[in-house]
Amino acid sequence: MRFTKDHEWVEMEGDVATVGITAYAAEQLGDVVFVELPAPGAALKAGAEMAVVESVKAASDVYAPISGEVAAANTDLTDNPQSVNDAPENGGWLVKIKIADPAEVEALMDRDAYEAHLRSL
Amino acid sequence: MTPFGGYDMPVSYAAGVLKEHLWTRAHAGLFDVSHMGPAFLTLTTRSGDPAADHAAVSALIEPLISGDIAGLAPGRLRYTLLLNADGGILDDLMVGRPAAAERQGELYLVVNAATKPGDFALIAEAAGAKGRLTRADDGALIAVQGPEAAAVVEAMIPGVGALGFMSFAPFAFEGESLIISRSGYTGEDGFEILSPASLAETLWERLLADERAWPIGLGARDSLRLEAGLPLYGHDIDATTSPLEAGLAFAVSKRRLKAGSLRGAARLAKEAAGGLSRLRIGLSVEGAPAREGAEIAGPDGAPLGLITSGGFSPTLGAPIAMGYASPAFATPGADLRVTVRGRAQAARVTAMPFVPQRYHRPATQPET
Repeated sequence: MRFTKDHEWVEMEGDVATVGITAYAAEQLGDVVFVELPAPGAALKAGAEMAVVESVKAASDVYAPISGEVAAANTDLTDNPQSVNDAPENGGWLVKIKIADPAEVEALMDRDAYEAHLRSL
Repeated sequence: MTPFGGYDMPVSYAAGVLKEHLWTRAHAGLFDVSHMGPAFLTLTTRSGDPAADHAAVSALIEPLISGDIAGLAPGRLRYTLLLNADGGILDDLMVGRPAAAERQGELYLVVNAATKPGDFALIAEAAGAKGRLTRADDGALIAVQGPEAAAVVEAMIPGVGALGFMSFAPFAFEGESLIISRSGYTGEDGFEILSPASLAETLWERLLADERAWPIGLGARDSLRLEAGLPLYGHDIDATTSPLEAGLAFAVSKRRLKAGSLRGAARLAKEAAGGLSRLRIGLSVEGAPAREGAEIAGPDGAPLGLITSGGFSPTLGAPIAMGYASPAFATPGADLRVTVRGRAQAARVTAMPFVPQRYHRPATQPET
C-alpha cells in the first residue's frame, strides 16, 4: 500500500489502483455522512479533485493520488457512508483507477514514510 | 478548535459531532457557552415601587428591541431582537425580569458573543444616566440540554425542576448564587446556568460526573439548533434582515408594532401588512448537503435566494437547510432546487422546526 501526504492510500492490483482515505484522515473528518464519487470512465489527473467526503459539519475534497481513468466507484458508500470511518483502508475504499503511469505510484510514500509524515504533523 | 465570535471553541469533544448530537437528543449534553454575553441592566435610582421600577427599566431598553418587556411577568425570560433604524436585526438576545420584588428595576440580558461590544455600547448609551449596564461575561455560562437535563441538574441543585420553560431564578450552589434559566438553543428541554468563574470548573466537573451528561462541542450545537429551526445570528439573520422576513414575528410585540414605537416601524408595518420581499424557509434537501452560500432556485431554475445554514441532520439522517426565498415559493411542500458544487438538486420547502421542540411547559404556565 502506498500513501500521499494528503492522507490517501493506493493499493495496486495489476494496472488498477484502489484508492481511499487513511484511518488518520477518517479520524480527522469525523463521522462521514455523505460521499460523492466520480462516474466510471471519468478521467482523473493526479492532484485534481476526485471525490467529496462530508461530515455533519463540513465537506472535504479528496484529491486523485494518481492519474488515470475511473474503473469503479464504491457505490456501497451511498447507503453506508460510515464505512469510511469503520473500515477506511478496506471496505471504505472510494475509487478504483486504471492507472496511466506506474511511475506515479512508485513516487508515493510507503507505510513507514507515511507514518513518519504523520509524526511530523 | 475553531475560532467563534473571538473565542477558541471545540468543534467536538472525543465522541465527535454526530454522536454528541444524538446523545443530546436522547440524554443530556453540556455546552460551555461562556463566550456569550450575560449582563444586567439596573436602574440607577429605584423608586422602591416594584411595578414602577420594572416599567422604568423596561422603558430604557424597549426603544432598542422588538419585544414587550414592560409586559413580561416576574421570573420570566423573553427571546427578543435588537433592531437598527431600518428594522434590521443587530442581534438576538434574551431579556429576563427577576421574580423577587426587591430586584425589580433590574433586567437580565444574554447577547451573542461576536455582538457583545456593539450591543452593550448601544444599551448603555440608551440607558444614559438612568441605568447601569453591568457585564457578567467574566463568569461562566453552561447549558445543559436534552430529555435528561432536568434530572441531571435537579440531582445537583434541588428545585430547578420546578422552573417552567423561559423562566429563571437564583439558586444556591457551593455557597454562591447561580442564575439558572430553563432555556436553550437546541429545541430540547434544558437549562442555562450563569456561574461565577471561581465555581465554573466545579460546576462543569460535577455535571460531567453524571453519566447521563456528555460534553458537546460547537459542531453539534449548530446541527441541533438547525434541526430546531432556530436562526444563528450572522448567518440566518443579520442587520439586513427584518424580524418578519426571518419568521420571528412571535418576537415582535403586537402592542408596539401597532403603536409604531419599534425601530424601523414603517418597514415592519409594511411587511406585517403583507409587503414581504423574502422569507426564511426550511428545506429538506435530496443528495449532498447544501451548505451556507448555496443558491436556492425555483422549479424553472430561476434564482430565488441563498442557503444561510445547512448541513446533515443526524436525527433525520438527511440533509436540511434554511435560507431565504420570495414568499411565493415559501409554502411548505413547494419543490425547489439548490445548487451544490454546480449541480441542481431537489429541495422541498419544509415547515420548521425540522425536529419537534420538546420544551418544558407546565400546564399552569401562562404564555408570555
